[in-house]
Amino acid sequence: MRAPAAPVYRYDFADHARGGLRLRVREVEIVCRAAGALWVEAQGVLIVADLHLEKGSAFAVHGQMLPPYDTRETLGRLEAEVAALSPRLLVFLGDSFHDKGGEDRLAAGDVARIETLALGRTLLWLAGNHDPAAPRALPGDVAEVFAIAGLDLVHEPTAEPGGLEIAGHLHPCAKVRGKAASVRRRCFVTDGERVILPAFGAYAGGLNIRDAAVVKLMRRKPLAAVLGSGRVHAIGWGSLAVD
Amino acid sequence: MRGSTAMAGDDDDLPEPFGSWFASRGWSPRPHQLAMVDKARRGRHALLIAPTGGGKTLAGFLPSLIEIAQRPAPNTPRGIHTLYISPLKALAVDVERNLMAPIQQMGLKISAESRTGDTGVARRQRQRIKPPDILLTTPEQLALFCAWEGARLFFEDLRCIILDEIHAVWPSKRGDLLALGLARVAKFAPAARRVGLSATVEDPGIIRRWLSPTDGEDVDLVRGTGGAPPVVEMLLSEGRVPWAGHTAQHAMPEVYDQIRRARTALVFVNTRFQAEFAFQELWRLNEDNLPIALHHGSLSAEQRRRVEAAMARGELRAVVCTSTLDLGVDWGDVDLVIQLASPKGASRMVQRIGRANHRLDEASHALFVPANRFEMLECQAAREAIAENAFDPEQPRAGALDVLAQHIMGCACSEPFDLVALHDEINSAGPYRELSWENYESVVDFVATGGYALRTYDRFARIVKGTDGLWRARNPEMVLRHRLNIGAIVSPERLNVRLAGHRNGPPGRKIGEVEEGYLEMLEMGDTFIFAGQVWRLQGVTGMDVLVTAAPGEEAKLPSWGGSKFALSTFLAAKVRTMMSDDTTWAALPLDVREWLEIQRDRSLIPGREQMLLETFPRGHRNFLVCYPFEGRLAHTTLCMLLTRRLERAGVGPLGFVCNDYALAVWALKPMDGLDFADLFAEDMLGDDLEAWLAESPMMKSAFKGCALISGLIERRFPKLQKSGRQVIFSTDLIYDVLRRHQPDHLLLRCARNDAAEGLIDVARLGQMLSRIRGRILHSRLDHLSPFSVSVILEIGRQRSPGGAGEMILAEAEEDLIAEAIS
Repeated sequence: MRAPAAPVYRYDFADHARGGLRLRVREVEIVCRAAGALWVEAQGVLIVADLHLEKGSAFAVHGQMLPPYDTRETLGRLEAEVAALSPRLLVFLGDSFHDKGGEDRLAAGDVARIETLALGRTLLWLAGNHDPAAPRALPGDVAEVFAIAGLDLVHEPTAEPGGLEIAGHLHPCAKVRGKAASVRRRCFVTDGERVILPAFGAYAGGLNIRDAAVVKLMRRKPLAAVLGSGRVHAIGWGSLAVD
Repeated sequence: MRGSTAMAGDDDDLPEPFGSWFASRGWSPRPHQLAMVDKARRGRHALLIAPTGGGKTLAGFLPSLIEIAQRPAPNTPRGIHTLYISPLKALAVDVERNLMAPIQQMGLKISAESRTGDTGVARRQRQRIKPPDILLTTPEQLALFCAWEGARLFFEDLRCIILDEIHAVWPSKRGDLLALGLARVAKFAPAARRVGLSATVEDPGIIRRWLSPTDGEDVDLVRGTGGAPPVVEMLLSEGRVPWAGHTAQHAMPEVYDQIRRARTALVFVNTRFQAEFAFQELWRLNEDNLPIALHHGSLSAEQRRRVEAAMARGELRAVVCTSTLDLGVDWGDVDLVIQLASPKGASRMVQRIGRANHRLDEASHALFVPANRFEMLECQAAREAIAENAFDPEQPRAGALDVLAQHIMGCACSEPFDLVALHDEINSAGPYRELSWENYESVVDFVATGGYALRTYDRFARIVKGTDGLWRARNPEMVLRHRLNIGAIVSPERLNVRLAGHRNGPPGRKIGEVEEGYLEMLEMGDTFIFAGQVWRLQGVTGMDVLVTAAPGEEAKLPSWGGSKFALSTFLAAKVRTMMSDDTTWAALPLDVREWLEIQRDRSLIPGREQMLLETFPRGHRNFLVCYPFEGRLAHTTLCMLLTRRLERAGVGPLGFVCNDYALAVWALKPMDGLDFADLFAEDMLGDDLEAWLAESPMMKSAFKGCALISGLIERRFPKLQKSGRQVIFSTDLIYDVLRRHQPDHLLLRCARNDAAEGLIDVARLGQMLSRIRGRILHSRLDHLSPFSVSVILEIGRQRSPGGAGEMILAEAEEDLIAEAIS
């Protein structure tokens, strides 16, 4: 499994404040945050993908009693991002809930936390395959797809992006090879034309970006922005391993 | 199934046709066989301890055969009379075959059938409707029976339960599950006797208490007669045993020569990599084309079964194997057992040696092949222990709570239970005798709703209390899901190794299975040895590792993980004693003697209870090497804790390595002047240990095991089989979340126990720290010592022991930056 050959492409990246990684793709500047959110500073837009809220309780319904703390954990990290950046628009890139019943199982306290997040800004909910219907009772606007400042925001990556596409859905993960061991972490992945976000949810699993499902979407050997502890690391294709 | 020609016993006790059957074979019953018949007549539980080849299995079954043959014809169909449980599927099947011989020869109307995970559906269903007199099965099948609605009726007529190879089962989670199953069956069939069959152990009292429904006093001990003492030799590759290494490559021509001269040899090694390596080396030398085979846990089940069958037919001259052949079916033809590299413990060696020559009156032959000088000491200590008939002592164990959770759910699937009655029943199982009501209640709460402080799952409970006050499974889906996931063996996820297909065609033939992580350090296009051949790694898709044959190419060797078995405390103490007293060195091989003498001249030899600690500069670094002899696990833990302290002491530790005997830490600054008593103070097992452990990969791996066994996470779902790699959530993520929000959760406590016990050996470390208090012998050197060579050579060969994730990311990033600048 190799990415298709392409002329040498220099990714334009640099360290950004608070451990983030600044990335310039098609003249748009974005910041990959160590928490796994994407920050478009010029527009004040914060984007998160695949929260899978209430995944724990979705399994509990069928008798697998996963710890019921995933929603508060995920919201806690989101609140920290919002507090640090004060975005004017907060975009949920789909699969915000793990299943259709997820919204109804939210604890009252967690509903209140989401309502607080909506104070002073707009929440925008994109539909995902896990949650095709938009939230009914939560604040915010709803859309299938959305575009802002030259960015196409979608849940599932399209076959041929026109401009710069920001997508989720795939839960990208990178396995980085060291000299005597390797480490597997969530990551952003980009080929310079689209950026796929890591899953933001506490219980969301990951797909290795050397998997064919990711590789076939990439126009050239992609760059991985790998989430470390409090820092994002830019890692080249050559350092990545399959599982 | 043999009697003995050697002993003219008194067989008056045996009724017909048993007495004349023995006579017709030219045998007379052994004393322990008669003793077992006597115990049965008096209705006593019994533990039989006898060496291999002593007619142990027949001794176990004889009382049942007599009882069944003598009982009057039934008015109504009867249930099972005797339940036989073996830790190995293959053994259950083999015993079925061996049991049929005497039954047929005596013309008895007794049915005996095996039932394992491999038994077909039709036969299993028939066995439930029309059970055989004797059922031969495994602990997992017993757990399944216990979770079945018909369990009570099915076991009603049971008179006897035989537990084979009990020494290998009891000190494990499988043993816990088995003990709980025994307690359950005892409720259905109070008259059933328990019979344990065990190899020789240091303290039979522990197994008696484990086996007993009360405290051990009601289990009588029967000892088989000892056979001829084994002949154990050490291969003295004169002057060529290396100072370091694990492969014993130097000795392969001699090993091959031994195989050539034996009828059939078993070559035991400690790891799978070592097995592949030795197999490859032996075939390189195999000019006579001797049939030499390979057997280890990563080969596919069918492949292993083929080797076992060829062995049983006497077609093989040697099998290179790991602990997969420690237990198992009887191969009379093996006349030589070779132990390649360190034997690790005396008891294990006695079992392995027992695999040769299953005839009591002939001595078993074994050959130790040490791979380095420390192992020569260890082999010598093991030889002495075997000659003295001394074994590694064992500790009683407390039953695991994740296993208990699985059992309680199983009970609810079988029939409604009363909370108090079930607690009493569980208390009658050996490992759970001390289980408190509080712990029991918290396990029941865990089974019902996950045991969370945040009580949002009450409406989804798996078990519910009815208006009759009894607890039962909430619905049939819960029952079905539980039954699919029974068992206490958690093995790493396995990938299939398959030949790559043409172009994008489907993958080809399956060669075997490897554990996830086995090939981690290989890149696409690299070569490696597997199943005795060289392959090239072509890709990984889903659950398949795709390879092409690469015959004749040099294989890239993965790093040697060393053995997962630590040197036993007992053997380690023997080695220390032997080393400390130079008047006994004369008995040692010349190589070892010379090596000890150089060590004495260049550095120091520690006393029996002392720990030698050496410091010396090397390259631009400063080394600290010490020799606790406590095994790799305990040493790794110690290194982790020491480096935390050295960090605080400001010497800038840079890295460490360890092996079974020693550990080495290197740092920026010299460590000669440190207060070593303080550095090794026992309080390092407090906060330092907990802080390190919580973040360690060992805890995460232990948590995964507990989550699977307890039923928090299911391995298998109805209809579709999800493998671990496709599992939709990762247990590491669950661990992180649970630890932050409910750090005292039941499963975190279970995982902490498992990690401390099995993965990092905390108890052993504690004993060692207390032993060396005030007894650290410091040797300050200008350069490395002879002893230190073995561990210093490990540098660069070992994987970093976790916790280095951020470092790996930073290095990979530097590579990218360098590439970008170039």
